[in-house]
Amino acid sequence: MERKRILSIRDLEISFQTTDALIRAIRGVRLDLYQGETVAIVGESGSGKSVTVKAVMGILSSNGSVDNGSITYTDPDTGEVFPIVEMSQKDIRSKISGQRIAMIFQDPMTSLDPTMTIGKQIMEGMRYHHQVPKKEAQRRAQELLDLVGIDNSKRRMKQYPNQLSGGMRQRVVIAIALACDPQVLICDEPTTALDVTVQSKILELIQSIQKEKNLSVIYITHDLGVVAKVVDYVAVMYAGRIIEKGSVEEVFYDPRHPYTWGLLSSIPDLNLDEEELYSIPGNPINLALPFKGDPFAPRNKYALNIDFEEEPPLFHAGGKHRVASWLLDPRAPKVDRPASLERRLKEMKEEVKRHE
Amino acid sequence: MSRPLLEVKDLKQHFRINRRFTTKAVDGISFTVDRGQTFGLVGESGSGKSTTGRSIIRLYTPSAGEIFFDGHRISGPLDAQTRRLVRTKIQMVFQDPMASLNPRKTVLDIVSEGLMNLHPELSVEQRKEKVSQVLEQVGLSADFVNRYPHQFSGGQRQRIGLARALIMEPQLIIADEPISALDVSIQAQVVNLLKRIQRELGITMIFIAHDLSMVRYISDRIGVMHLGHIVEIGDRNEIFTNPLHPYTLSLLSAIPQPNPVVEKKRRSLGYLYHQGGIDYTKGTLHDVSATHQVLAIPQEFEKWKAGDYSDTLTESHRVDPQSRQRS
Repeated sequence: MERKRILSIRDLEISFQTTDALIRAIRGVRLDLYQGETVAIVGESGSGKSVTVKAVMGILSSNGSVDNGSITYTDPDTGEVFPIVEMSQKDIRSKISGQRIAMIFQDPMTSLDPTMTIGKQIMEGMRYHHQVPKKEAQRRAQELLDLVGIDNSKRRMKQYPNQLSGGMRQRVVIAIALACDPQVLICDEPTTALDVTVQSKILELIQSIQKEKNLSVIYITHDLGVVAKVVDYVAVMYAGRIIEKGSVEEVFYDPRHPYTWGLLSSIPDLNLDEEELYSIPGNPINLALPFKGDPFAPRNKYALNIDFEEEPPLFHAGGKHRVASWLLDPRAPKVDRPASLERRLKEMKEEVKRHE
Repeated sequence: MSRPLLEVKDLKQHFRINRRFTTKAVDGISFTVDRGQTFGLVGESGSGKSTTGRSIIRLYTPSAGEIFFDGHRISGPLDAQTRRLVRTKIQMVFQDPMASLNPRKTVLDIVSEGLMNLHPELSVEQRKEKVSQVLEQVGLSADFVNRYPHQFSGGQRQRIGLARALIMEPQLIIADEPISALDVSIQAQVVNLLKRIQRELGITMIFIAHDLSMVRYISDRIGVMHLGHIVEIGDRNEIFTNPLHPYTLSLLSAIPQPNPVVEKKRRSLGYLYHQGGIDYTKGTLHDVSATHQVLAIPQEFEKWKAGDYSDTLTESHRVDPQSRQRS
């Protein structure tokens, strides 16, 4: 089957004007999303992962502006093309958000209206976008509640968000997002505010719905465990750029960027018994201050001289794997991954073999 | 062997909401923490783990049960002397470093506030000197003393919170989810720092978190809490290699592993408390080994030992454990 490209982001640059300085939050992001596939954007707070998807939804805060680049949405059914950057807020609202791209936010309590019943909130989008008659909308809302695993849906329709537990609320948010049959679902840290036990259940729910409806999903997260569980492609962001991307197998079994090494190493390993947990030294860069070269260089043990002079381009690392690190330049000295990570990667591959 | 630094015996912490309804946040838990050890408390929100910490440091008055700290009973009414002991020798580090630091005070004021009470004889210079020492200990530069909390990153703020605790030279630190609000790359830094400080100063610690994998790194012993009860308690390796209680199993299965091929096939286990017919108030602690106990009634204990979890665990994603207990 041919893969249908549904969303493509090219050379995106976004900056925010603050009272102190102009912050270049996104500095050239290129990303594709195909129908039915799942992409994760991984990074720390301030890396620009949320800003990227906010631009896709046209909900950047008022001091932000898209300086360069394009975001193109292609409807897989009708073939219609929407250049999101050029569209007005009003156009985006009526044609894109909700109907074609829906978003799930981190905290289910703040994204639900506390004064409105759950049923009303699910029906709102359908009534607005598709002028669905009330009876029909009610029936569909009830179906959606069943789909997201909320029992007793008829009674739940009349309840308010405060009457539900955190996991239940996030399920309602998912139901609302699905109400208008979107083609793309963006999940901005969908499980961070939830309990561990509920977390994995919500992820499994999104996964099963995705399969059922052939949805494309973008996950925004800083949890690599979540990425491993549900994602096909992963893009690691640092200081407004994608520094490593590829299929989840490429990035997890053969990481090439020192920042990704650090992220993978700092996850506690349940199988190995290490005294000291690896941690990336230093703090994330403040983009309001001027910097030269690779913004990760000051925290990077493997930084070369050129890292402090010039930002690395995206190098090919085979397959779909792209890495922004001078270490991949043919002129660069050969650098080995840290021994502890190498051990862990080996362990992981062996575990895979045991599972087959 | 000498007496443990902290002994908690059948601690209960109930909050009366109205005539008919009382929240039993902590409902009869017992554990001990030896000197220099780290005790990890894990559980979902609403399980009573934070309440336990707050009862020990006496932010609440325990409803029932006894707490002994260094041989002194600190659960009943406090006289001036024990109050001073509790207020100085037990210190707390909170979850959200921004909310727990006064935004209008400088680091010097925040960190030295306790000193003014404990050592009023110190001069301004001596106080400053001490603050600089502690800041260095937690990996912050002494030049930061005149800055305000908002000028720091999340990880640095948490270090300030830790410095404020350390300056009182405590014997016990209660760390209430100290890393949940931090970025992944910073979490490891703070955990390593806590571990180092604890080793160097021989401080005893209670580490409260919902993230089992981090708890494993830092703890010697782990207690798993659910609905106000400790359902399983034991040495950390036993909890991880030989868990018995279905709730512990579901917590462990919920930790996602960064191994895509394996993780994609794995299903996490949901815990059915109500459907499974488990009643914690009827259970008693059964020994799995000398250092590993689990809360159960005899039939459950035998069943779990035989590996039968058919009515308490499920792979379906259609469960959402209603965690709030009604009583």
